[in-house]
Amino acid sequence: MNGSTTIHVTSLMIASSLVFVTLFFSYWQKLKLEKETIISVVRAVIQLVAVGYVLNFVFGYKNPAFTTLLLLFMTFNASYNAAKRGRAIKRGLLISFLSIAVGTLVTLLILILSGIIRYEPYQMIPIGGMIISNSMVALGLCYKQMASDFKNKRDEIETKLALGADILLSSKEIIRDSIKTGMLPTIDSAKTLGIVSLPGMMTGLILAGTSPMEAIKYQIMVTFMLLSTTAISSFISCYLSYRGFFNNRKQLVNRREN
Amino acid sequence: MSSLDFSHVFFTNDNQSILKDVSVSIDAGDFLSIVGPSGSGKSTFLKLCCHLISPTDGAISFKGKNLNDYNPMELRKQIAYCFQMPYLFGDHVKENLEFPFVVRNVPFEQERVDELFSVFHMANDYLHKEVKNLSGGEKQRIALIRSLLFKPEILLLDEVTSALDTANTEIVEQAVKSLNQKGTTILWITHNTEQSRKHANKLLTIENGEIHTLEAIQ
Repeated sequence: MNGSTTIHVTSLMIASSLVFVTLFFSYWQKLKLEKETIISVVRAVIQLVAVGYVLNFVFGYKNPAFTTLLLLFMTFNASYNAAKRGRAIKRGLLISFLSIAVGTLVTLLILILSGIIRYEPYQMIPIGGMIISNSMVALGLCYKQMASDFKNKRDEIETKLALGADILLSSKEIIRDSIKTGMLPTIDSAKTLGIVSLPGMMTGLILAGTSPMEAIKYQIMVTFMLLSTTAISSFISCYLSYRGFFNNRKQLVNRREN
Repeated sequence: MSSLDFSHVFFTNDNQSILKDVSVSIDAGDFLSIVGPSGSGKSTFLKLCCHLISPTDGAISFKGKNLNDYNPMELRKQIAYCFQMPYLFGDHVKENLEFPFVVRNVPFEQERVDELFSVFHMANDYLHKEVKNLSGGEKQRIALIRSLLFKPEILLLDEVTSALDTANTEIVEQAVKSLNQKGTTILWITHNTEQSRKHANKLLTIENGEIHTLEAIQ
């Protein structure tokens, strides 16, 4: 690395020798991972090159409607994945879509209104992607926690129902636990930023030649937006999904496992 | 007048028949002991009474009205259910005894709590005790007090004394008997033959999900 912002293809070719290190260990230790490694490397290169071309096209196509459509497409994909994690959640896809969409919308709106970013594809797509994928991971954790709590805490819920409590009051602890579970990884990673790791975005900016102080400003923005979006998405998804564990007679029902 | 009325009630769970064609009438003020082997459907019978589950077939009515026509929360406030293994939530006893007040959105009444503490032979300072430091008997008495704060019309007891020592059992029996004398209908599942006949005026035997006998006790 010589401080320039471009990497030559020849340099990349030389760097690809690092893959041989993995192959050597696999062969030496009889891990039988050689085939998997080669496939994964080839896939990574092809996928990234393809994405590079797609992003080049997308960033050049400065139509706000197209950008919105792409963000919606990303939201749908993330919702689909989150819903798959929470099979025990009734109407998981719809709830996930709503939660991620609102979390993303609110966060992006604040960032746009504060003047930090503009509604340009080269800013909206990567930042939207970070927000959406973070929400997706948070929702998966929320759903897992919720399904497990509703299975393991039947006695607590039925005790509260038997005392005449509504389903919301009976589930409040579980909802709280699930929201916390969704938010904690983002909070924990915020706590250790700069101490344990230099996050990807900041590293990328520094590698691309941006001054560390400027890169840090971006990272602070990313930290704020990820905290906000996981809080909003986890909150909405948990408050919308707990009802699916009850029937219309306010009785706890058995739902299939995650 | 009949207080609870089961009419040809069936309950099936995971294709397993738990209760079969159960028809029984429980009068207001009754003290009904329910006996039967483990797994015969006794607890299911009680859970149906307070609408924590609904029959697969047949109908249950309370004071002549089908349970499905009641608001479930309002119904459960009138038909209290105490579990065999009491579940106390939070860190302190107070959180448990405040809960019924929170549910009804009314201010906490210390006097009512003290009154029930005295019925169950407990000192007033129990209110601030930590749940984790209570014995099984103390937990069960707190759970009973929690269910009785608002004087339910029917009290459902699911083997509440099975894990208690003789002294605690005696306290609970006396408290329940006195409640019954004041008009509360009692449905009490017990494995203890002597206990089943001690205070009850009716004895219901459930076997294999069916009513085996319903006899009056003199």
